[in-house]
Amino acid sequence: MELAIHTEVPESAPGLSVAASNPHKVTAKSVDVYYGDKQALKSINLDIPSNMVTALIGPSGCGKSTFLRCLNRMNDVVDGCRVEGEIKLDGENIYAKGVDVVHLRARVGMVFQKPNPFPKSIYDNVAYGPKIHGLARSRADMDEIVLNSLEKAGLLAEVRDRLDAPGTGLSGGQQQRLCIARAIAVEPEVILMDEPCSALDPIATAKIEELIDELKENYTIIMVTHSMQQAARVSQKTAFFHLGDLVEYGDTQGIFTNPKDERTQAYVTGRIG
Amino acid sequence: MTDQLSNSERIQAGLARRYRAEKRFRLYGIIAVVLAVGFLAVMLSAIGARGFGAFYQTHASLEVTFDEELVKDKDWQGIVKVAMRKSFPDVKARRDKRKLYKLMSSGAGFDLQGMYKADPELLGQTRTVWLPTSDDIDMLMKGQIDRVLAEDDRRVSDKEITWVDQWIASDRIELQFNTRFFTGGDSREPELAGILGAVMGSLLSLTVCLALSFPLGVMTAVYLEEFAPKNKWTDIIEVNINNLAAVPSIVFGLLGLAMFLNFFGMPRSAPLVGGMVLALMTLPTIIIAGRAALRAVPPSIREAALGMGASPIQTVTHHVLPLAMPGMLTGTIIGMAQALGESAPLLMIGMVAFIVDVPAAFTDPATALPVQIYLWADSPERAFSERTSGAIIVLLGFLITMNIIAVFMRKSFERRW
Amino acid sequence: MYVTPARRAKKAVEAVIKGILITSSTVAILTTVGIVASLLFEAMRFFGEIPFVDFMFGTEWSPQTAIREDQVGASGSFGAVPLFAGTLLISAIALAVAAPVGLFAAIFLAEYAHPKLRNWVKPILEILAGIPTVVYGFFAALVVAPWLRGTGEVAGFDVSSESALAAGLVMGVMIIPLISSLSDDVINAVPQSMRDGSFGLGATKSETIRQVIIPAALPGIMGGMLLAASRAIGETMIVVMAAGLAANLTANPLQAVTTVTVQIVTLLTGDQEFDSAKTLAAFALGLMLFVTTLVLNVVALHIVNKYREQYD
Repeated sequence: MELAIHTEVPESAPGLSVAASNPHKVTAKSVDVYYGDKQALKSINLDIPSNMVTALIGPSGCGKSTFLRCLNRMNDVVDGCRVEGEIKLDGENIYAKGVDVVHLRARVGMVFQKPNPFPKSIYDNVAYGPKIHGLARSRADMDEIVLNSLEKAGLLAEVRDRLDAPGTGLSGGQQQRLCIARAIAVEPEVILMDEPCSALDPIATAKIEELIDELKENYTIIMVTHSMQQAARVSQKTAFFHLGDLVEYGDTQGIFTNPKDERTQAYVTGRIG
Repeated sequence: MTDQLSNSERIQAGLARRYRAEKRFRLYGIIAVVLAVGFLAVMLSAIGARGFGAFYQTHASLEVTFDEELVKDKDWQGIVKVAMRKSFPDVKARRDKRKLYKLMSSGAGFDLQGMYKADPELLGQTRTVWLPTSDDIDMLMKGQIDRVLAEDDRRVSDKEITWVDQWIASDRIELQFNTRFFTGGDSREPELAGILGAVMGSLLSLTVCLALSFPLGVMTAVYLEEFAPKNKWTDIIEVNINNLAAVPSIVFGLLGLAMFLNFFGMPRSAPLVGGMVLALMTLPTIIIAGRAALRAVPPSIREAALGMGASPIQTVTHHVLPLAMPGMLTGTIIGMAQALGESAPLLMIGMVAFIVDVPAAFTDPATALPVQIYLWADSPERAFSERTSGAIIVLLGFLITMNIIAVFMRKSFERRW
Repeated sequence: MYVTPARRAKKAVEAVIKGILITSSTVAILTTVGIVASLLFEAMRFFGEIPFVDFMFGTEWSPQTAIREDQVGASGSFGAVPLFAGTLLISAIALAVAAPVGLFAAIFLAEYAHPKLRNWVKPILEILAGIPTVVYGFFAALVVAPWLRGTGEVAGFDVSSESALAAGLVMGVMIIPLISSLSDDVINAVPQSMRDGSFGLGATKSETIRQVIIPAALPGIMGGMLLAASRAIGETMIVVMAAGLAANLTANPLQAVTTVTVQIVTLLTGDQEFDSAKTLAAFALGLMLFVTTLVLNVVALHIVNKYREQYD
């Protein structure tokens, strides 16, 4: 069974057949991830096109979040986590020696499942990234970055007159958009989103989804989602993970309407999950 | 132009500085830990190095004759003097003789008295016995007195050193295990001073403390955790207990002085009062630990017992309390260890007097081990500084033992539900 | 229901047991009441003899009552300001040592140290907390004070052999574990998501700690500092053994100062009439000590609890 999966998936050369117009932003080549003795991801090959939304779906514990966290090396801080294989960002292996994690994470931003604004003002939340990275040359510069980022995150209108209020005082949906503004303030190339809407109500979710759709003009977005509807609504490409394997990858439409693998079909039709 | 720098270049430019800051910050942490651990190491090794000597005492071998006359006069020290003259027949001048006598402890005679009491047959006989020397000679033998110093700058004169060297040459002086340190009461003479009185005082105080604080603490914990309604009154008790835990210990001493001694007229310097004061101090610790232990017992146990028709009191006494007991006992041992190390409140109620006799009852005047340390630390004699460190080693020994027991109990009764 | 006599008896027994439990839980209250009552009562008698204002704001402290009634200064002077100042000076030195060391040790152990190292170092810090204060006092008087004096001589400073510095330094070491364990608690209570958020933006560990974790944990850390301050103010044995007796009004840490607790012990350990102004003064000082530490504790516990609720 295990072997069968292996032979089926990797050599399907996913990115090639679809989206020829967009170059690959991120490419993963035979990535294995271990937590201690447990293997969490098995030989993942995945090419992610730029300026698109790629959704990673699959049942809980399938490895989709693990894979996402590999892309900006957030797994580095987890004890006993080991990553093998190659992940390239613009053709450069991010796991190579000499690659700086700090720099990498400035290029690959991340938005988390639960909104996690810092216990600071709205302004300082957004200014945090540019400040630590030294991106603003002046106060005016910083103001511009902050307002711009809030604008892009669609939050500016709501918070313009209370930038000094604590970020934790916002509603859940606003907090999540604040986190998105915080992430884009450092002008990353890729934004990783780990179930960004799972803690939000439907209205807030709709707003975030709208925002994601706009953001793909300027950023490559990779999101993990539990909701297949969400994946179908916002993503152009979808990758289905199951038990640490990448089962199927392709255009979102194709995955949902015409899945090639029976496990994918079982999942998207709600039989496993 | 700096304006033209891309974000990526700006980040790259700042990286080296940021990593230096990172290293520095981490270094601060390491320094902090090293400072704390280092201080502990220095303190313990300084005290250990000083105090180890207290377990040994210099003894000199003398040929003593239980002269009938002197025994009849109970001039035991006189017997020692005769023996000293016999040991050093060359010493003739009166001043020198007086110096010679001072080589031996003023308590050496007590040893002879003890020997005679145990065996009256000794009358008129001659025996070779090891008797304690004075503290100065003890310090000399332990290398605490620098022989190179000018004569006026050290506590032992050249003559005395010559005599000691004669003893050393004939193997008649040596360090022996200091039994008296463990079996004697306090004394003005360091070589005669022992910690038994203080240990007994601590033991008696702790007995009272345990007898009061354990039942009171357990009952309070049970009431608050199992029966108390959630209302203002219990809130007050709770806040009150938390604050009581942080009241300076000396304030408890003031309470003891004003209430127990002056108002109720209880005896001064008594372990009974000391134990009561310590009990009030340890009570919050035991209550807090007790409540934590009760909270750790899963509600399902209570529900099961209540469901079987047990009354709330039965549920607690038969089922909940036995399960929470290890945790409560652990908390109690830790509380007792705190009480054992406490001295400030005992100073207030007069357990700080010079007491030679070993206390035997709860109302006997007594000190406690930490207070004895405080008293000895104040004494100018070099040898007392050694005794102080020795007493600290014993005190720490007790505390370590108690804590090991507590850790062991926690480990062996630890239960995961 | 069957209400048999046996059952009724059982009910009565239960009521009695419950009564005993309630009674024992009032002992803690009674202790507080006893402390307040005895301190207030004796302090009031003291203030009957010495005006409260003279005590609180007087700058001369020499409680030696004369042997003969007609001697100069027979009543002694009871201006407690030098005592308060001395207490603050030594506590400030102690906190200046303990706050950075305790906080950095906690940060290092919580965020940097390998779990194995942490498992070793944490119990060692707990040992520091378990050592009786009389041992610290002995060490301060016997080793630290002479060492400071010697170092001062070499460097050309005149260091008193009972300097505030010696007592403060050692007291600081004593409260390191208090600060480090409380800080450790609050640092660990900061949710992992905060760290992730910061790391995800490319912050280094120290940037995350300084700019996210510490600000988030600040209320809890402040609460810990207040508790530590209360502990330092009420500490007795270290200052009794290593600080001075003379009431100097000075801010120079190299000189000898005395503290509230030192004076309480000195006033009460000699043989004297209980009703003399001298012994009563000890209770007035005790009252000040109790009130100050109580306020600090209440505020600190309030802050810490508020903080805990925030992340629960």
